[in-house]
Amino acid sequence: MSTARRLLTFLAPLRGWVALAALLGFATVGSSVGLMATSAYIISKAALHPSIAALQVAIVGVRFFGITRGLFRYAERLVTHQTTFRLLAQFRVFFFAAIEPLAPARLRQFRSGDLLSRIIADVSALEDFFVRGVAPPLVAILVAGLTWVLMASFALPLAAATLGFLALAGIGIPLLTRRLSRRSGRAAVETRAALNVSLVDAVQGVADILIHGRKSAQQGHIRQLSRTLVAQQNRLAWVNGLNAALTGLLSNWTTLAILLIAIPMVSAGDLDGVFLAVLVLAAIAAFEAVLPLPEAAAHLAGSLAAAERLFEIVDVAPQIQDPAEPLPPPQSARLDVRNVRFSYSPTAPPALDGISFSVAEGARVAIVGASGAGKSTLVNLLLRFWDYRHGEILLDGRDLRRYRADDVRAFMAVVSQQTHLFNATIAENLRLSRPAATDDELISAARQAEIHTFIQSLPQGYDTVIGEQGLQLSGGERQRLAIARALLKDAPLLILDEATANLDPLVERDIMATLRAISAGRTTITITHRLVDMAAMDEILVLDAGKIAARGTHAELMARGGIYRQLWTQQRQIDLLETGSPAILP
Amino acid sequence: MLNPRLIRKTRLASVSLTLTIAASFLTGAVTVAQAHFLSRIIASVFLAHQTLATVTPLLLWLAALSILRAGAVWSGQIFAQRTAGRVKAALRDRLVAHVMALGPQFTRTERSGELINTAVEGIEALDAYFSQYVPQVAAAALIPLTIVIFVFPNDVLSGLVLLLTAPIIPVFMILIGSIAEEMTQKQWRSLSRMSAHFLDVLQGLTTLKLLGRSRAQVKTIADISDRFRDATMAVLRVAFLSALVLEMAATLSTAVVAVEIGVRLLYAKIAFQQALFVLILAPEFYQPLRMLGARFHAGMAGTAAAKRIFAILDTPLPKPPPTPPKPAPRRFTIALENVRVAFDDGTRPALNGVSFTIADGETVALVGRSGAGKSTIAHLLLRFIAPQSGIITVDGAPLHQLDMAAWRAKIGWVPQMPYLFDATIVENIKLANPAASSADVRRAARLAHAEAFIEALPRGYDTRIGERGARLSGGQAQRIALARAFLKDAPFIIFDEATANLDPRHEAEIHAAMAALLANRTALMIAHRLNTITAADKIVVLDGGTVRESGSHAELLAQSGLYHQLFRAFQGAI
Repeated sequence: MSTARRLLTFLAPLRGWVALAALLGFATVGSSVGLMATSAYIISKAALHPSIAALQVAIVGVRFFGITRGLFRYAERLVTHQTTFRLLAQFRVFFFAAIEPLAPARLRQFRSGDLLSRIIADVSALEDFFVRGVAPPLVAILVAGLTWVLMASFALPLAAATLGFLALAGIGIPLLTRRLSRRSGRAAVETRAALNVSLVDAVQGVADILIHGRKSAQQGHIRQLSRTLVAQQNRLAWVNGLNAALTGLLSNWTTLAILLIAIPMVSAGDLDGVFLAVLVLAAIAAFEAVLPLPEAAAHLAGSLAAAERLFEIVDVAPQIQDPAEPLPPPQSARLDVRNVRFSYSPTAPPALDGISFSVAEGARVAIVGASGAGKSTLVNLLLRFWDYRHGEILLDGRDLRRYRADDVRAFMAVVSQQTHLFNATIAENLRLSRPAATDDELISAARQAEIHTFIQSLPQGYDTVIGEQGLQLSGGERQRLAIARALLKDAPLLILDEATANLDPLVERDIMATLRAISAGRTTITITHRLVDMAAMDEILVLDAGKIAARGTHAELMARGGIYRQLWTQQRQIDLLETGSPAILP
Repeated sequence: MLNPRLIRKTRLASVSLTLTIAASFLTGAVTVAQAHFLSRIIASVFLAHQTLATVTPLLLWLAALSILRAGAVWSGQIFAQRTAGRVKAALRDRLVAHVMALGPQFTRTERSGELINTAVEGIEALDAYFSQYVPQVAAAALIPLTIVIFVFPNDVLSGLVLLLTAPIIPVFMILIGSIAEEMTQKQWRSLSRMSAHFLDVLQGLTTLKLLGRSRAQVKTIADISDRFRDATMAVLRVAFLSALVLEMAATLSTAVVAVEIGVRLLYAKIAFQQALFVLILAPEFYQPLRMLGARFHAGMAGTAAAKRIFAILDTPLPKPPPTPPKPAPRRFTIALENVRVAFDDGTRPALNGVSFTIADGETVALVGRSGAGKSTIAHLLLRFIAPQSGIITVDGAPLHQLDMAAWRAKIGWVPQMPYLFDATIVENIKLANPAASSADVRRAARLAHAEAFIEALPRGYDTRIGERGARLSGGQAQRIALARAFLKDAPFIIFDEATANLDPRHEAEIHAAMAALLANRTALMIAHRLNTITAADKIVVLDGGTVRESGSHAELLAQSGLYHQLFRAFQGAI
């Protein structure tokens, strides 16, 4: 199905609103036509000096159209916006429902940069789709119909001429404009993108530019791009100006055509001279309907491009699928990973290259390594975000792939570095993991995460709104809320995925103490590149380039030396100097 | 709405702006002439019973005028765009020059997005301002004026109606506009809140999925969309009133003119042709004013953008040295004497009287907890900032009197997170010396221990990095900065050791490269590793913006101060 048709299907449930919007737009232009036609009629008729009674009806008409135009315009704007908001709501729901099964695998490639906000911008770009893209052509068609009826009631050639000029202005000019502006339009978009990149370089890289004496070179580069853009925009102005000029010209030529056809008819007595002015002024007024069409073509193209990008994102098969006959949910938290091999794409190097280990129920296991060693890949597989093809992961003795993905995730509580806190109240954020939790359960989880006192100190306590538009929390407070949320879930397997990354070393130490307390007696997998509190682990696996390079307890690994000891030494030095406090050491 | 400072910028394009206004005036004049001929033709045929043949000269006039009008409209738009282009290009140049002169302290990361946005979107918002809004203001002033001048001799009463109703439109537009603008702002805020919520849910999708709550969000999204729609529509119902008044004023006035001339025509108080002339011109009279309403938003957006642009341009630049700058020194004995720096107008002190010396050829390690002032010292030496008091001398000459470019040419800088440009690896390394040969670039990369990972990239040295290319790890990026420093071959090095994205294997490589770079050079190290620190000729321990202690490793250990404490703590832990 083409993008345009697919986008139009979102309008199908809004048929009533669409029709109403088009009718009101038609009535708006129709009022203008009516106003000018009746006005012309009044003065033409008055010129023949009849009694005032002959003008009464027309005078009422003029007053009526004089008032209705504004009212119709007002109603039309309300209805088109109402329609747009409904359309956007539908599209958001569609898009979310479509991307939900694809997350996070599909979103992974969008996390970098601001591609996620590009999605948002593309959805917003659909705002123009109806108001500026679909409605104007509908209105133009209706007005053309009205004009035809009006003109044809006098003479067919008049109707044909007017409609011909309307079509030329409404269809021919948009096509011509698009054709003429396509190349320079595309070039301008490219120049603008290049200019954007150069400006980003100039602002974010200003220190490197200054130190290397490249200031005037960079400025010169930007100036040149800026001049190119101006030149391209000037060329576009030629086309846009031509478009406005031609539309006006066609409107004027419609007048000429009507005069050329009607004057002989008046002379021959086939047309009452009273209507000569009526026809001319009505045709001029009708032209209003085709004025927004060149712009509508551009808006439609923009909306379609945005929609195409969005459809492209969701039109892929999900990474994992639930089995046809899933096993009942697992009971025990025993985990066995056997010879698992995985890469994100057939061409990419393996992210995991033959990993085997076991986690007994109640055990605490740490998986450590530098960034890129394969730690987060392992988490992605455990959480059923990606499918593995080689080796097996057994939960409660049976392959992970044979359970429903939701059951697997319900079995695990995760505190990760990217735990997202929503722009909602603290209570709402906590209850996400268990909607039915009582206030007491909420408080108990917060107490264990050692964040209850802080929450209580807030003026609105648990009802404080957090996130971008609410209270800004420190990194440590955010992680404690994430811990409380995980505790509230009360799942048998606790996964701490870089739970203390990017925290101040002293804050990290405090949170690790909390985590040690809550993980007592719980099956816990700690994934981290920061070697903190390692003495509390039953076993530590050192990942390096997708393989397990070493395993053992902290004491054993330190004694053995190698990559583990190097990592630990490096970190201690930095932590010590960053905090200036010997207290950081174990 | 016509920002005077912004309008003054059109002096850069006074010719094209004058031509834009002239085209506008011509359009008005042609409109009047067209109405004149059209009314004459209709009157001749309708009342004087003339034929097509007798009115043909008039029709030819009408045809000629239509072409003239199209020409005026066309050239008007072309000149308007020229005005916009000139002003935009000039302002963008000034903005870029100013921002770069303000330097890294001003463009620090939290502000960079806003700066870039102003330089791209802000400047482009001026396009619509100058190419649409300003010409429309001119048209709204000139075209109705021209029309009314010609209507008066034809019919005084209609002229009065037009003249009296015309001011109603701008007055109401400003009156309602200011209320509506506030409401429109509110509407945009609520619209952007709706987008923000959607973004929030998309960003948190993984979290929702982990908690098994993702599918429940479909209903929430629908509910919130509905709620926001209702709130927004309530706002729009008021905001759109301005358009309602605008349309009403225009159409009702036309209706009033039509009825008023119609009735007087009935009693032969006005001629038909004059009446028709006035009627044709009535909607043309209001058209530019209505269009001005449609361009209102471009005006608002342009004014808002101008405010942001001028705010940046008004940030004062650091003072240039008063006397002719001195050439760069030959020896790099650098002394800081009682240097004080405070940020945010003195409210955030960073250095409180720091004094120490880096002797020529020496490596000095700066040590201290985060926030102790280490980077501030580096920025002082790079001259991104200047001390509020105290003095820095190089080979006895005050640093601020040295020629800025010549001084910076003497510095090799390896920051923790160097900026990599959206260009190839070669171009990124060549930043340090654009004239370098490719053999030089390879040699620098080899010395920086960067060759192996560069050659493993899909297109080797020609691999594009940055937004549109491959992404490098922190350790790799720092080795590119090292390669730049080798290529620059400057006598004084400022090196900031990385603290994040550690990988023991890269660590060893960076250390080897660093040692090679420091040989026979003067250096300031912001150190985070004990082996770096112990290898330095001198260690300066910073604490709370002052020098807590300084000396060689052995001297400091003998002093039993903070350094001693930290070093022993570390040794004890291993």
